[in-house]
Amino acid sequence: MNGWQPVIGLEVHARLLTRSKLFSGASASYGAAPNTRACAVDLGLPGVLPVLNREAVRMAVRFGLAVGARIASRCIFARKNYFYPDLPKGYQISQYEEPITAGGTIGIESGGAERREVRLTRAHLEEDAGRSVHEGFGGASGIDLNRAGTPLLEIVTEPVINSAADAAQCMRTIHTLVRWLGICDGNMQEGSFRCDANVSVRRAGSGALGTRTEIKNVNSFRFVERAIGYEIDRQIDLVESGGEVVQETRLYDPDRHETRPMRDKEEADDYRYFPDPDLLPVIVDDAFVAEVRDGLPELPDARRERLVREYAVGAAEAAQLVSYREAADYFEAVVEEAGGPGTARLAANWVIGELTGALNREGLRIESAPVDAGRLGRLVRRIADGTISGRMAKTVFEEMWGSDGEPDAIIEIRGLRQVTDTAEIEQLVDAVLAAHPAQVGQYLEGAEKVLGFLVGQVMKRSRGKADPRQANRTLRDRLAERRSSPPPAV
Amino acid sequence: MNITHADVERVAKLARLHIAPADLDARARDLGRVLELFDRLGAIDTRDVEPLSHPLGATQRLRPDVVTEEVDRTALQRGAPQTEDGMYVVPRVIDPR
Repeated sequence: MNGWQPVIGLEVHARLLTRSKLFSGASASYGAAPNTRACAVDLGLPGVLPVLNREAVRMAVRFGLAVGARIASRCIFARKNYFYPDLPKGYQISQYEEPITAGGTIGIESGGAERREVRLTRAHLEEDAGRSVHEGFGGASGIDLNRAGTPLLEIVTEPVINSAADAAQCMRTIHTLVRWLGICDGNMQEGSFRCDANVSVRRAGSGALGTRTEIKNVNSFRFVERAIGYEIDRQIDLVESGGEVVQETRLYDPDRHETRPMRDKEEADDYRYFPDPDLLPVIVDDAFVAEVRDGLPELPDARRERLVREYAVGAAEAAQLVSYREAADYFEAVVEEAGGPGTARLAANWVIGELTGALNREGLRIESAPVDAGRLGRLVRRIADGTISGRMAKTVFEEMWGSDGEPDAIIEIRGLRQVTDTAEIEQLVDAVLAAHPAQVGQYLEGAEKVLGFLVGQVMKRSRGKADPRQANRTLRDRLAERRSSPPPAV
Repeated sequence: MNITHADVERVAKLARLHIAPADLDARARDLGRVLELFDRLGAIDTRDVEPLSHPLGATQRLRPDVVTEEVDRTALQRGAPQTEDGMYVVPRVIDPR
């Protein structure tokens, strides 16, 4: 890639979480039997008129405010004209001139690199098309129009991203944000969150943009990164070998790891946009904007900074905890139950480590974790106050996962209380020292690694119940005593 | 305004209209005349005129987000030439891979 700079812009489509469609009162729910969610308006039958869903407007404004965009006090809808069987009216109602939000930025951070700001061009409302099924209809295509008319927010970035990794990170950040705001469920398998990427390359230092290609509908972060990476390499190879990039739409094939031009040459790039005469200008007044602003949650960036500030959680842990709002909420509830910010690092380790691991194993989300934040908090409290060791806590946690048991009750029943009694530990240590004179000798001659073995012996004698930190400390003290006043030579 | 056969064929394709080759001359002439009228509109000085996106002075009413439509698929599909398993069936629109 030497001497070349990739230039990438993204178009993200986020399906808004409304109950009904953008312009009709049909249900916008996913997964119903074909065409049972497509009413006369969605089908574009003669004589119907679209009426705009207030909630979709509210969600678009919510997004706009969260990214610092300008909210248009007046916006209009346009018809984007093209023919395709899953578009019953022959046009898609979208926004072209005068979209609902303009500008704003997405801040991306990854791999320890400096924070980059990705400028947004706009975000606008539009309706989704239906779905075509090309298999199983004997050479014909089946059309399901349930999705037709569901509300989308199309989020468009400026062509300011310079690597495939940053493009994927930008997409992730937008994904986190729309879920955080509660305006999109982010489900990529169901197509609720999709991404197109415009990719071009130019000689480093050149101001002019190269010819771009558009990669359509990539539905995973990993594939976005790979598809763009492939496309960058393809374009550079092409230009370096004397060829020219053709402006076209390409599809990414993850199995072969390549992009290919869409064969569908019917696709016209002349959409003949014009204002939709069925829809009047939409006025978003100051009161509406103020109401949405008042309802905004603390945003991920602010939340992350606060977690670092208030709880002294590491930056990487904080970033992980704000990857979605429920995780951050869960974490803060654990800390509160465990006894406050002093337990935060322990709590963070448990949420990110043990809990997340168990959730991933069972394919569960944190909202439906069998161990709620209260119980995990009470477990963390017992680790923090020394009642049990981290290792014992894992046993307790496993038992909590499969039951409603409270940590204190499980600790009691299993007899897992940690031995922290100084006299008891000293007794154990002395017994171990007496039983292993050879290792003691090695330690005193400088083989400090032997200490680990001795700690292990103390733990073994206590059947795992001794506080390992205390055992370690006592062993060191006892051995230091011997070093300063060695037993008389025989 | 001079409209070529290629111009006519292009807009006809976008609008999915079939225009017989014999009619191309006439359609090009018609379109040219229509566009001349637009040129005349374009010549008007509109510097002090607010852009207009809708002829009515009203603004859009917003609808509460409530499901109000029961979908009677059987009734709605009565007008379709072909359906199968609840789907509308149309000629295949992509070329098979």
